[in-house]
Amino acid sequence: MLAYALRRLLLAIPLLIGITFISFVVIHLAPGDPVEVQTGDLSQQQSAKAYQALREMYELDKPLHVQYWKWLSRLVRLDFGKSFAPHGRPVLTMIAERLPITLLLNVVEMLIIVALAIPIGVLSATRQYSTFDKVTTIFVFVGFATPDFWLALLLMILFGVQLGWLPISGLRSLNWEYLTFWQQQVDFLSHLALPVLVATFGGLAGFSRYMRQSMLEVVRQDYIQSARAKGLAERVVIGKHALRNALLPIVTILGLSLPGLIGGSVIVEWIFAIPGMGQLMVQAAFERDYPVLMGNLVIVSSLTLFANLMADLAYSLVDPRIRVSRRRR
Amino acid sequence: MRAFWRAFSRNRLAIVGGVIVTCLALLAIMAPAIAPWDPNRPDVRKILDPPSGRHLLGTDQLGRDVLSRMLFGARVSLAVGFVSVGIAATIGILLGSAAGYHGGAVDASIMRVVDLMLVFPRFFLLLAVLAFLKPSIWTIMAVIGLTGWMGVARLVRAEFLALKEREFVVWSQSIGASASRIIWRHILPNAMAPVLVAMTLGIPAAILTESGLSFLGLGVQPPHATWGNILNEGKDAIELAWWLSVYPGLAILVTVLSYNLLGEGIRDALDPRLRQSAGRVVSRGR
Repeated sequence: MLAYALRRLLLAIPLLIGITFISFVVIHLAPGDPVEVQTGDLSQQQSAKAYQALREMYELDKPLHVQYWKWLSRLVRLDFGKSFAPHGRPVLTMIAERLPITLLLNVVEMLIIVALAIPIGVLSATRQYSTFDKVTTIFVFVGFATPDFWLALLLMILFGVQLGWLPISGLRSLNWEYLTFWQQQVDFLSHLALPVLVATFGGLAGFSRYMRQSMLEVVRQDYIQSARAKGLAERVVIGKHALRNALLPIVTILGLSLPGLIGGSVIVEWIFAIPGMGQLMVQAAFERDYPVLMGNLVIVSSLTLFANLMADLAYSLVDPRIRVSRRRR
Repeated sequence: MRAFWRAFSRNRLAIVGGVIVTCLALLAIMAPAIAPWDPNRPDVRKILDPPSGRHLLGTDQLGRDVLSRMLFGARVSLAVGFVSVGIAATIGILLGSAAGYHGGAVDASIMRVVDLMLVFPRFFLLLAVLAFLKPSIWTIMAVIGLTGWMGVARLVRAEFLALKEREFVVWSQSIGASASRIIWRHILPNAMAPVLVAMTLGIPAAILTESGLSFLGLGVQPPHATWGNILNEGKDAIELAWWLSVYPGLAILVTVLSYNLLGEGIRDALDPRLRQSAGRVVSRGR
């Protein structure tokens, strides 16, 4: 088990290098120059000089492979470089400010999805073709087809504009500093309500569908028959024997869907003006801030690889069959 | 084929999906003829007019007719859906059949690339490329297609692995048919069913991705209308004009829903066993 985890960790390194190399090349070869963005409004003569100086400062005048090598060797020492923006702040601090918000959003979203999708999936599988099953099936199809940014707009119009119940942008009200501690908590939660609702909606449809499918398959198996034949209560058969097996594929899907969730929070963060990683990424892309963009990518893809590894490990923890076959191999 | 039609026509939802998909395609093709107003002509006297008899779905910030803009937007969405899925399917079929038929080192290296692309944060790639390139309908199509072929490649490879052991393939090999002839004439036609299903389900996914990118301002640029960028304008006017936000999103919802129903209907009618394996060409662009 430990050896397997270590081997997977080692394999993740070339994968990460591959990902960063491809993105580095794509970002640097694409037209548009970060220095031009900055020197655009200077006079021609000044701008030519400043242009050269800035290019040298950012080491953009060197060949691409040299730039990548320098970037990579700094990265190994956990030096993510400095932003190209005039404030020139270290990329790592910029990310450190924003990562907790995105993680919070994603973890809360994930917990709600899992807490709701599993019972929904189990119920619609055990009562296949019942009214409940039909209603959830409709919900799933509509959920799949609803663009999350549109749902966000509708909720903003309904709760923010028409009813005026919930704030529609940012994480704090303007009068945050004047609120008592508890008022601050309520304020924070009310700002999170709509973003979390939107982020949960699409994922919930998918997961309850997978759960239903997985459960339907397990219920047909012989060991469920024998559990029933043995005289076990239906609650035990479904809740223990069937559920445990039906959860197996869900663990993997959960791990695989993480990059999608992080990607999804880009749009949610952008709409609701939440200062998280997604917003940082969009800004950096528009301002051609290479170091910030690359730093973001490293963090997001490491998180993704790590989550995949965790999902695989969890999978072999809960399913003894996999552990055995891996040992034989 | 007859068995397919019988199974398909029994699925009422799939029929409804198919009819809506056909109507949408017709509306998009005939947009210039049936649009009641010029989609790009501003009119200062009619800024943000609510829906009325003259403007069925109201007007936008520049006084342009929303219904006409949505009809033209349908052309963009459908074109992006079809072309990007076409690109993804072509790459997926080429790489998947090469990997599945030849096996060995070819298979190993192609599948490593697939693995790499699958863990790649796709939205990041789209964002990075589109923010740097000049966003146009062509770059959108190319980028969505180039980042969405892995599902098809895996499907085709799996079909090839199963089919290449069958007698008809072994026989053609024994009479000296070339590898490309066996791949294209003998194996591929038998492997197309799941690919077609994946393509049908890939179109709505691509449409969702495109509208999301347009909404972020990275898609087809104004003044060209797309459902995504009308919604983007709607976002700036949510306190004044709900119709700008509601209708284009509804159009996306109905389109994506119909394609999904149609795709699942085709899948179930072709082969109930495919329920599990048919992946999506272009995953949801979230």
